[in-house]
Amino acid sequence: MAIEKKLFGQDYSTPDLVAKMTGKARYAEDFRAEGMLFAKLLLSPMPHARVRKLDLSAALAMEGVKAILTADDDDLPATENPLDERCLTNEPLYQGEPIVAVAAVDEPTAALAIEKIKIDLEPLPFVIDPLESLRPGGPNARKEGNNYKDRTTLQEVKWPAEVFREAGDHLPMGQADTEWTLGDVEKGLSEADYVIDETLFHQSQTHHPLESRSCMAYWQGGKLYIHPSTQSTQRTVPNVARMVGIDPSQVVLIAEYCGGGFGSKIPGTINMAIPALLSKKANLPVMHRVSREEENAFGRARPGFQGRVKMGFRKDGRVTAIDLYIVQDNGPYGRQGDYETAGNIAHLYYTPENMRFRGITVLTNTPPRTAQRAPGGVQITAMLEPLIDKAAKELNIDRIAIRKLNAPDVTTKYGSNQHNLTSANVREAFDKGAELVNWEEYKKASGQTNGTKITGVGVALSAYVAGSRGFDGLMVVKPDGKLYVHQGIGNLGTGSFADTARVASDLLGISWEDTVVVWGDTSKGVPYSSVQAGSQTIHAHTRANHAAATDLKRKLQEIAAKDLGGSPDGYDVGGGRVFRKGSPGSGMTLAKAAERAIALGGKFDGHEVPEDVNAVTKEGAAILAGQGAMGVAKDNYGGEGDLWSFVVGFAKVEVDRETGHIRIIDYAGVSDVGAVANPRGLAAQVHGGAIQGFGLAMSQKWIYDPTWGVSATHRLYTAKPPSILDIPLSMHHASVEIPDPQTPVGSKGIGEAPFGAGCAAVLCAVQDAIGELDLKRSPMMTDLILNQLEQIPQPYKVLATHV
Amino acid sequence: MSDSEMLDKDSNVSRRNFIKGVIAGGAATYSAGYLFRSGSGLMAQPNAPGAAERLLTLRVNGQERRVDVLKQETLATTLRYKLGLTGTKMGCDRAECGSCTVLIDGSPQYSCSVLTHTTRGKEITTIEGLAAADGTLHPVQQAVVDGAGFQCAFCAPGFIMSMVAMVKENPDPTRAEAAQALSGNLCRCCDYNKILDCAMRAAEYSRRV
Repeated sequence: MAIEKKLFGQDYSTPDLVAKMTGKARYAEDFRAEGMLFAKLLLSPMPHARVRKLDLSAALAMEGVKAILTADDDDLPATENPLDERCLTNEPLYQGEPIVAVAAVDEPTAALAIEKIKIDLEPLPFVIDPLESLRPGGPNARKEGNNYKDRTTLQEVKWPAEVFREAGDHLPMGQADTEWTLGDVEKGLSEADYVIDETLFHQSQTHHPLESRSCMAYWQGGKLYIHPSTQSTQRTVPNVARMVGIDPSQVVLIAEYCGGGFGSKIPGTINMAIPALLSKKANLPVMHRVSREEENAFGRARPGFQGRVKMGFRKDGRVTAIDLYIVQDNGPYGRQGDYETAGNIAHLYYTPENMRFRGITVLTNTPPRTAQRAPGGVQITAMLEPLIDKAAKELNIDRIAIRKLNAPDVTTKYGSNQHNLTSANVREAFDKGAELVNWEEYKKASGQTNGTKITGVGVALSAYVAGSRGFDGLMVVKPDGKLYVHQGIGNLGTGSFADTARVASDLLGISWEDTVVVWGDTSKGVPYSSVQAGSQTIHAHTRANHAAATDLKRKLQEIAAKDLGGSPDGYDVGGGRVFRKGSPGSGMTLAKAAERAIALGGKFDGHEVPEDVNAVTKEGAAILAGQGAMGVAKDNYGGEGDLWSFVVGFAKVEVDRETGHIRIIDYAGVSDVGAVANPRGLAAQVHGGAIQGFGLAMSQKWIYDPTWGVSATHRLYTAKPPSILDIPLSMHHASVEIPDPQTPVGSKGIGEAPFGAGCAAVLCAVQDAIGELDLKRSPMMTDLILNQLEQIPQPYKVLATHV
Repeated sequence: MSDSEMLDKDSNVSRRNFIKGVIAGGAATYSAGYLFRSGSGLMAQPNAPGAAERLLTLRVNGQERRVDVLKQETLATTLRYKLGLTGTKMGCDRAECGSCTVLIDGSPQYSCSVLTHTTRGKEITTIEGLAAADGTLHPVQQAVVDGAGFQCAFCAPGFIMSMVAMVKENPDPTRAEAAQALSGNLCRCCDYNKILDCAMRAAEYSRRV
């Protein structure tokens, strides 16, 4: 249904902004409750160990200590999968893994109690480099093995010594755990005019949201009230319930704000169970404040890659074949899918007829991994895009031309499953970007020098999954005439919790002033929702809210027809009224229609809901039933093909030959995200994501002590995320603004793709300035650049991890 | 002497002894710097010998606030846990992120790294103290709302305090000067470009007042 887009596509200020800018917005650590206790943790000082003996008596005897929780506690439920992580453990698998939690009247008492715990840890073999674990006789991160055999079992994988010997400085490539082939990769490579064969490295990376994963919890009337730091809302509830061992109906989650997540808090966090269970034992509220170093330890990270790629090119630049192998640094828990996604993305970017992907994910005793903004996408983009420039240079082809030649479009079938795309306007994005930056002029800066500084320019393509289907919308027009849009997605700061509500306002012709977005509190009724992650919400919930608003509109039309005669189709909705078509002043106000809905009951006020909506939505509707005219529906719009959004990044840098310092002087990002929901919000994603990418390109990496397996980069000042001084003073963006044809308002998500574009465009620009990088790894730290310029041997080889 | 004996003997856990204890014990309580103490209200602390509190009068957001403060207590803790001013955020507890920035006599400072007792007689301004009593936003806040500044906004209170100091010091900054003035604050969403847009708008609004 075509709708008049009055709000959608306009800049506006989201309804949470005033609270955020006045200090009234409450994040997890801002909640207080009568008698609130404070929790502290005993963390493992070793990367892998077993608790031999634990004596809690002195701690328990302390005045002010109210509860202690260990992994042996009956209150701590077992996981369904025995390999999965729990919030406390007797076999820590990384330095900083929590072993004991104490709740006391205040933090010093809790900390003193932790000190009084007598613990005897047996050190166990550990490994921080996946390749070390794959060597004959190499250590395993877990007693059961170093690789997932299937979801619930581990196995030991060791590669023969000759695999390592023959590889030399290249990536050794033994038995993989994942493999797929399209066409004939050997044939594709042999027919190529030019072949690249490179070994590559991408570091692991802690998410480090500015708000650590603090959490407050208490119990009341048999229900758990929890204030976590979580990206999602509705989808966090089942996770809390499972970790605490209760039914989801017993959980009330209140979290209107989340201080950043980037994938690390998608369904909440593992440590949410700690204050919840301590509170249950102590029968008092418990606040668990997580310190920055704790955030580094158990706050999640992006998996690192060690890779090797062979790429064949025809003279004209067309990629004939890709042979890609990735060894993934998995961390200790949960099989991560980044490397598999990376394989599919490599195919999507360059659409070769022939491709082989092989990979293996290897467990290590380093912090647990999870999705980080564009999981797998950032790594592969940073690794491969500079190689396209190498080929372009060798073949004397323009860097945009070679990318456009290989780019996907809507006819492309990509990746191992040869899926379709709903839309892909990549060439249009390159063209728009070339115009935006004036590419012909832009690239003339390449290699120019200014004193000690050399200029380089780079361009890079990045893409990521950008939506999903089949969620529910839930909304009510109440007798005050206002539209209440209930959102089960979270407020991560992207604005999508409000952006997606505006679809309903537009469809019903209701002003933004008369639209109330209800979010962040599951006791108020929420629909079944997508996770607040993975560029999902703009697509998923413009659809769900479109469906629910369409349902509501139909009900309003029916109410008018019942009262005023005629058929429902003879009525329209807008301007705060349901009126006879062609006569906007006729009919009745929405306030009146809401009253009529309550009087009519049944489906009109939410006492009856469609069969096909999720049970969660039915519970939400039951809370709201009888309050007005309800719109409730499932997104049944369907669609065929995968949703992907694309970003082309352009960077101009100056590299100082005396200091090795990289200064980014200009950046532009051009996106293909379908119809733009919120232009300023889109720009924030395109630029913010790119700047996070700058950090990965230039400064952020892990350093581990290989002897003891402990982190040396566990605070912000050593983790080195970008500061405001690291950004160019001119940043631009544009969008191709071609609606996706398979979704009613045409919007695709955008959270993920900008990250890789920023990272890879800078790496390409640095390479453009100083020549082909001798170490194909990121970040390109100052020392590596200086060594390359001075032709001094690098301090480590390309595959070295955490150095 | 083991760490636990040391702690038993001298239950006045000085920061130095505490850190020594952590190192000696090997049990990584990763948060020595993040601890706070309180002896009143919700966090009565029966077990803190030697932790004598002193009743101080602080000037916070134009009001006289009387509060019991430990000699080692940081201003961030006092504000958040004793005065109920939770708008000031703690992102790192060690002067790395700037989320806890407040104004002390007009100068932006990290309240996680200022001892409360040193602020006696000084004017402390937090994010809660910027808007007028009738709710009218400070020009800087209004600029940020109009410019839809920040994403998750956990860093926003700290940034806004730095912007307030900036517009007073330099009412007509260049973009580079604004970046310099805000360089003590981290934003992990990396919304820096929009933050700079808002800072320029904030300067413009402030010049009009």
